[in-house]
Amino acid sequence: MPFGLLKYGLNSEYPAQHHFTPATELKKHYDVVIIGAGGHGTGIAYHLAKYHGITNVAVLEKNYLGSGNTARNTAVIRSNYLTEEGVTFYRESVKLWQDLSNEFNYNVMMENRGQLTLAHSDAAIRSFRWRAEVNQHMGVRSELIDRQQIAEMVPNLNMSEDSRFPIMAGLWHADGATARHDAVAWGYAKGACERGVELHQLTEVQDIEVTSGRVTAVKTNRGRVECGCVVQAVAGASSVVAKMAGIPLPIHSYPLQAMVTQPYKPILTPHVSSPHVHVYVHQTSRGEFVIGGGSDPYPLYNTRATLDQRESLTAAALELFPFLAQARMLRQWAGTTDMTPDYSPIMGLSPVENYYLDAGWGTWGFKATPICGKTMAELVATQKVPEIIKPFELERFYRFEQINEAGATAASH
Amino acid sequence: MKLLTCPLNGPRNISEFTYGGEYHPMPDHQKVSAREWAEHVFFHDNAAAVVTEWWCHSASSYWFLAERNTISDEIVRTFAADEIFQQRVEFTQPASGENQ
Repeated sequence: MPFGLLKYGLNSEYPAQHHFTPATELKKHYDVVIIGAGGHGTGIAYHLAKYHGITNVAVLEKNYLGSGNTARNTAVIRSNYLTEEGVTFYRESVKLWQDLSNEFNYNVMMENRGQLTLAHSDAAIRSFRWRAEVNQHMGVRSELIDRQQIAEMVPNLNMSEDSRFPIMAGLWHADGATARHDAVAWGYAKGACERGVELHQLTEVQDIEVTSGRVTAVKTNRGRVECGCVVQAVAGASSVVAKMAGIPLPIHSYPLQAMVTQPYKPILTPHVSSPHVHVYVHQTSRGEFVIGGGSDPYPLYNTRATLDQRESLTAAALELFPFLAQARMLRQWAGTTDMTPDYSPIMGLSPVENYYLDAGWGTWGFKATPICGKTMAELVATQKVPEIIKPFELERFYRFEQINEAGATAASH
Repeated sequence: MKLLTCPLNGPRNISEFTYGGEYHPMPDHQKVSAREWAEHVFFHDNAAAVVTEWWCHSASSYWFLAERNTISDEIVRTFAADEIFQQRVEFTQPASGENQ
């Protein structure tokens, strides 16, 4: 390897290393068509190719690789949910995250920094205690910590009792982590393309042909493609794409805005989140403070940034970290979150026999990327729904068996 | 601040309003199956288009309807609910013993 590096360094042209080779011509037929080349879509393709030997796969992406919510999320990984189904699912995902860089030999810059969620009321302490008990029972590291422990852990947090909403306690989640979001899609895409999967960028699915309950083909801006089955992994456009296949979904799509400051020296280690003042803050390994919060107040298919949201995010962030008043804002952006009624995803089978759903990823999609790649690929390859994603099937809404993660999700990613 | 024109109070900051969901006719809950009821309660059109939706002016608790483009966020028009609801909505009464 050092020789390779030396050779590269002495080369007068510095040839770019291609991580993957984008496909050029669309074939007439693929065994599997995956709509959406984000972390989930490429993850499913990777697992199909590597573990199930299915390589006649096309990943169709209307924009470029990882250009949707994979690039827009705030890269929080955690498993401190409330329900048995939710905790089990995200716990397995966090385990896969730990070894992801080795898995596809691409550095995702995984950092185990922990996550601290703040309670500003007695009711929040009660629900945190509940979550901590559920988490510990299921082997996830969560514990309730007091004001003194919080002050020691995050010395620059505003612990004043004179603030608008004084901090009363915290839920400390040692398994919380962060990673380089783009690298996840790049790593999966590289591994999938090396094994024969075709990645077609700038290829927008415009219609889906369904004949007697089965998908037969998808129509794209580059022509018609016949397919053995289709997986949709299009966070932010789940309803629009599913409608092409005639499948209604229980989703409303809201923008979620975040912003980031200029880089500063390392001063904040864990991810700090406050569901009460609707903000979360963490410092990236580059030194930037990422500030995010709740979704916009009404649905919209648009990633514009608003002054209203910037004001409320800033006010809340300054209440927790007054020193940020000196920080300069670098940029503000939005992603589209497909919110489900119970704040849990919709995964698995659909009313169309060979059309699989990986949808409803609201504000919790990034952390679930590896487990989605693994389980959805298993579903496609074996036609059997893996136990771990069975509770998240679309059919649950018709049986009134929602998996309520609203409390463990809202503004506390 | 973005403005929304309330049919009762005129143009106001949009932060004074609460979004109330898509407008879609409610089926007769005494007659529909549990499946149809679930569809009404949980499933949404969520269209990327001009849609009709409920809004409420929070300060005056006044509910009305708006036509809004969910791609450009342009509010096409707002109107009072009596444009659609012109008479009282009656649902069938369950016969005794059937109200399970």
